[in-house]
Amino acid sequence: DRALERPKTKRAKRFLEKREPKLNENTKNAMLIKGGNANLTVTEVLKDIVSFWTKNITRPFEDQTTLEFFSKKSDCSLFLFGSHNKKRPNNLIIGRMFDYHVLDMIELGVEKFVSLKDIKNSKCPEGTKPMLIFAGDVFDVNEEYRRLKSLLIDFFRGPTVPSIRLAGLEYVLHFTAVDGKIYMRSYKVLLKKSGCKIPRIELEEMGPSLDLVMRRTHLASDDLYKLSLKQPKGLKPKKKKNISHDVLGTTYGRIHMQKQDLSKLQTRKMKGLKKRPAEKSAEDGVATPKKSKSA
Amino acid sequence: MAAVRVEAVLAAAEEQEAEKRRSITVEKELELEYDLGNLLAVDRNPPPAAALRGAGPRREALLQALARDNTQLLVSRLWELPAERAGGAGGPLVAQLPEPTFRLPREKPPPKPRPPTRWEQFARLKGIRRKKKTSLVWDEQAKEWRRRWGYRRAGGDPSRAWLAEVPAGADPEEDQFARLRREKRERVARNELNRLRNLARAHRAGSAVPAAPLHPTGHQDRDELRRVARVARVSTASLGRFQPRLPKESAEPPSRNSGKKRRFEPLLGNLAAERSRQLELLRDMGSKKPVLDITRAVNKQLRQEEAEAAAANKGKKQSKRGKRGRRQQRPGRSGKKSGARRQPQQKKAAGGGTGAGRRKKA
Repeated sequence: DRALERPKTKRAKRFLEKREPKLNENTKNAMLIKGGNANLTVTEVLKDIVSFWTKNITRPFEDQTTLEFFSKKSDCSLFLFGSHNKKRPNNLIIGRMFDYHVLDMIELGVEKFVSLKDIKNSKCPEGTKPMLIFAGDVFDVNEEYRRLKSLLIDFFRGPTVPSIRLAGLEYVLHFTAVDGKIYMRSYKVLLKKSGCKIPRIELEEMGPSLDLVMRRTHLASDDLYKLSLKQPKGLKPKKKKNISHDVLGTTYGRIHMQKQDLSKLQTRKMKGLKKRPAEKSAEDGVATPKKSKSA
Repeated sequence: MAAVRVEAVLAAAEEQEAEKRRSITVEKELELEYDLGNLLAVDRNPPPAAALRGAGPRREALLQALARDNTQLLVSRLWELPAERAGGAGGPLVAQLPEPTFRLPREKPPPKPRPPTRWEQFARLKGIRRKKKTSLVWDEQAKEWRRRWGYRRAGGDPSRAWLAEVPAGADPEEDQFARLRREKRERVARNELNRLRNLARAHRAGSAVPAAPLHPTGHQDRDELRRVARVARVSTASLGRFQPRLPKESAEPPSRNSGKKRRFEPLLGNLAAERSRQLELLRDMGSKKPVLDITRAVNKQLRQEEAEAAAANKGKKQSKRGKRGRRQQRPGRSGKKSGARRQPQQKKAAGGGTGAGRRKKA
């Protein structure tokens, strides 16, 4: 049991703390696995996405324990498994984990693949956060396509950042679902001058382009999916009380005060009304009205 | 004349081209859905399926055109975000991204709050708060700021202490250094034991697997084992009626309703008890005094309400009540005793006043 082994060094403690469940989670890591019979195409795809491990002879759709073992060891919650056989040529299984157990898995067949090095263009720097665009009504209508969209967003999204450099929006991944096929294209974005502040976009085909077709799926049951979507209460932003906004944009604040003692109120001091010591002692209900000199 | 007109036409055409090139507007049937936090745009318009069916460069060109339009829309939205120049006037233009709205599943389940340890419970009860300690302490000998504990701590390395005083009343022959070492070992062992106990308690509270106590672990205490043995005995087809017993085990058969349901006395049982019960009933019916003591009943009810309110408040805010807090946490005191002590009229008048105030009066 993890809790029983006490880490002996600070470094080990930090390592374990990084992996335990937290309110705000780390960016998801992906592991790319080459199956026992992966061919060149599939390997190239994996290589283009980034790098891969050694051969692993498993069948994810039958047995998920090896995947879960790898996920636990490397603390990766996304995976991409490539394999090839006669029945399912150029197979890519894209999936994600929840609590080190497989949540969703979708098998895609690669029909056409154009690699990064086949397109002779200038590339954008590695690690750019890509813009993601999904075209096609099928992505909303069909449940499997909806999950695939969610999976692809999870995979390609990159770390969540609070702000972004506007000139650095260079990379866009465009997914079109048409006719049972999904076309994935990557373009480099060129910002051209336009009449006004917003630039005109020109695209240049750059990165890997894939023609995918959906094969088998292994989707999580509805309640497990709902459980995984559940966000802890601490993440909800706290409502700011006592602040309200006008239609015109004015901000109003509300301050709650204690009851004031009006006799001790600080008003304008009129020198003429100041009580002289002689008068103070003589004052016995006899009011001596004085004319105030104020304007 | 013609030349001028031709030139004019050409100029107009060129201007139109330039206009088109610079245009940033895109026409779409359905508006796209944007999630700017994720740099995401979703286009619901059905793509031109017929045109895309044909293979080759035409399809690529169409896809690229579609992508260009969508990207233009997304970038327009992104450039409309509030932006500022990072790092002074000459720095790059940086836009503030909103929170991502697209719900993606988490990597791991959210962390469960662990139950408080034994010390934490005690501290909350007594109202003890943590004292913030400085991380560095002034060491007089070394004349500098040193850590409170750890590498190069203030007060020197305890393992190299060369002097150990014999405390008053201790055996003069005893080895003090050995005693210090032994005590430290004992302290560490006790700490570790308590930590494991707290962990076990948290684990037990958290998981609450119903079948877990039925598996022998070797770390169960007597009551748990007794409970488990009873459950095991009753889990037979005849509900434990023919199970052999150990020689010293009590030979009572389990009552038919040993649960939370209403239990009834056997029909033909204790005649004397039945007789006395009936006579008592007759006596109560005949007497003029009411059987229900209103004052006691009211006090008991009020006490119960107070206890509930205190429990609810304790959950919400943990104030350092100290003794008062401790008193409020023992609501189970019998209502009859304290009820009889007080004046019934006062109690009735006060009604739902604070428990603390009333206790002070009493």
